[in-house]
Amino acid sequence: MSGLQVAWFIMVGFFIAGYAILDGFDLGVGFWHLFARKDSERRLVLNAIGPVWDGNEVWLLAIGGCLFASFPPVYATVFSGFYLAFMLVIFALIFRATAIVFRSEHPSKWWRSWWDGAFAFGSVIPSVFFGVALGNLLRGLPLDDAGNYTGTFADLLNPYSLLIGFTGFAMVATHGALYLVLKTEGGLADRARGWAQKMWVFYLVLFLIAGAVTLVAQPQLIVNYNSLPILWIIPALTLAAIVMLGVFNMKGEAMKAFYSSIFSIIGLISLSGSALFPNLVPSLDNPQLSLNIMNASSSPLTLKAMLVITLLGMPVVIVYTVWIYTAFGGKVKLDEAKY
Amino acid sequence: MDAVFLSRLQFALTIGFHYIFPPVTIGLSWLIVWIMTRYKDTGADLYRRLAAFWIKIFGLSFAVGVATGITMEFQFGTNWAGYSRFVGDIFGAPLAAEVILAFFLESSFLGVLILGGERLSVRVRWFASLMVAFGSTLSAFWIIAANSWMQTPAGYRVVSGRVELTDLRAAIFNPSTIPRLLHTVDGALVTGAFFMLGIGAWFILKGRNTDFGRESVRVALITGFVFSMLQLPLGHYHAVQVALTQPEKLAAVEGLFETQRRAPALVFGIPSSKDETVRAAIRIPGALSLLAFGSLDAEVKGLKDFPKDEWPPLFLTFYPFHLMVMLGMYFIGFTALGIFLLWRRKLYGNRFFLSLAVLSIPLPFIANELGWISAEVGRQPWVVYKVMRTADAVSSSVSAGQVLFSIIMFTMIYGLLFFAWIFLIFREIRMWMATEGDSAVKEVMS
Repeated sequence: MSGLQVAWFIMVGFFIAGYAILDGFDLGVGFWHLFARKDSERRLVLNAIGPVWDGNEVWLLAIGGCLFASFPPVYATVFSGFYLAFMLVIFALIFRATAIVFRSEHPSKWWRSWWDGAFAFGSVIPSVFFGVALGNLLRGLPLDDAGNYTGTFADLLNPYSLLIGFTGFAMVATHGALYLVLKTEGGLADRARGWAQKMWVFYLVLFLIAGAVTLVAQPQLIVNYNSLPILWIIPALTLAAIVMLGVFNMKGEAMKAFYSSIFSIIGLISLSGSALFPNLVPSLDNPQLSLNIMNASSSPLTLKAMLVITLLGMPVVIVYTVWIYTAFGGKVKLDEAKY
Repeated sequence: MDAVFLSRLQFALTIGFHYIFPPVTIGLSWLIVWIMTRYKDTGADLYRRLAAFWIKIFGLSFAVGVATGITMEFQFGTNWAGYSRFVGDIFGAPLAAEVILAFFLESSFLGVLILGGERLSVRVRWFASLMVAFGSTLSAFWIIAANSWMQTPAGYRVVSGRVELTDLRAAIFNPSTIPRLLHTVDGALVTGAFFMLGIGAWFILKGRNTDFGRESVRVALITGFVFSMLQLPLGHYHAVQVALTQPEKLAAVEGLFETQRRAPALVFGIPSSKDETVRAAIRIPGALSLLAFGSLDAEVKGLKDFPKDEWPPLFLTFYPFHLMVMLGMYFIGFTALGIFLLWRRKLYGNRFFLSLAVLSIPLPFIANELGWISAEVGRQPWVVYKVMRTADAVSSSVSAGQVLFSIIMFTMIYGLLFFAWIFLIFREIRMWMATEGDSAVKEVMS
């Protein structure tokens, strides 16, 4: 195990966290937009993510590109193995990207209803399926000795993975509602606070159930925690962040609630990563076949080149992303809205 | 129909559809930089309106490009797992670099450009337009570098069943990267120019917002002429590279079966791989030797010198190439005529030329697709030239039925998107044609 391989394990986690935090609220907003009451409210909800969703979605492509560059067999096994599930996610994301831009281009009711439906479908499917994918990775996949997935689409929808999928959905939906509280005013913001509160209950309960089920039924995920007990601080902090986001939201401290939500997402991804390490795609029945950072990584030269590119590129990305969020800060107003 | 064929069909369909959009958005992005520069420097209302209209059209096109680009980032994994495992050490890097160095940039600043109108200064939006144009062109560089490595692999060695990077610079700047980048980006500028030219001409023909139409036509015409002309040396440069590095492809493109000195260039012909001849051929003697290797006496390899199971499919390599060249010649002739009319101050009253400009909008799109088909089919039967066969690249855990399902879905979704895109662009144009200035547009949008 080399330092470069470990660095790339962490780097992939970094991109997954970036995606979950940033596009996470876009996906959540896409779900809640179904509950907006009038056309003007729907437009407020859409424009809350209007200037930033496109940049946020690029984090997903960054996960794909970096996984391909750093751990090609993982990229190959996961996306070919999850073929139908991933195709559904791609269709959903295509609908979402175009729905945001196309929806407001025509005033007729049928046009807007159609794209509203596409936007909601495009947001809900990925938020559930990304969690289902993570659940399957945590649980382990049936692999042959070439590293190919040998199960079926239906096998992916096992109870444990669905539990993780719904937890992920609750996480994203809570996160999106909290974002809406920050970006909207008046009655809509009040209702968004209520949405966050209701969804937070699901988030907390599902997190606790998923944790309990993992402890009981997935002992292989606890191995790292038992050998390095300090790791237990991660689930503890995650639980604290989830609790605090509800408390802050109840007290009306929207910004603190949103930051707690971000910490909870980082926590969930860190605790999953610590459970998997050094595996990336554990084999369900034969540990010899697992894809890990040693047997599935690119050559040291590629890992080094990509690390340099990433360490030079990402700080710049983060600087202009922060600048854009600042430039479009504050509440959305319909008179300057475009979508 | 097996999974290999279906996966190839799906890749062709999805990238063929995706490839409608990046060239036009790259071309338009630079024209928008010019508009924003004029607006920033003069503050004129004309440029404010031009920016509003063209950024809108750009945004609609970019959205479809982004949406269909998602498919491309993951399709190597979903359908070409064998390929991904074998070449990931080299091929993944430019894709990741594209995202980190270019795609973040263009996507992030697109929001600033489209939605910054009310909040941000003209100077900031001008900067955003520059970042979008720079980012989308840089994207093209990385994607073409990756694709060119499949054409002319370099900087690698094959170790224990996979390709390993030995020289990053050699892999990225492999022999075909620069010729193909210049040829493709130039094609993108021609595409953007014809798009703006045709739509601007339509405004003049309708007699609405004609100042707006004239400025679009003038700028687009000059751009279109310069870059159509530039395609002569750039296309030639690319062809010379193909001659040096992929002789089978050159032979297939030119329908050359026999190895010979003073090899002729085909003006017209119907090649047949079964009979191994070209029927109804019109040839320019010696021209191919001269063009490809700079000497009449240079020997050009014919297809018969290569094993027949390594021949590219002739039909889809030969015809698209020749059609593309004809379209390129048309672009030069058409824009040269336009420049002449502009110089004689007869352009804006010449309804024939303006109508032809409207009808010519799709032609560069078609030329882009044809060039891409010829380039990629000409690489077959290899997925990586002389290193890996396409048939070995496919995902073994994906069944033909699954691929068939996704092909049907992609066809339906992309068909829907295509019509929605055309519909919205027509609608936007009609709104701007409904009145002078942009008051009606503002009313409709509120």
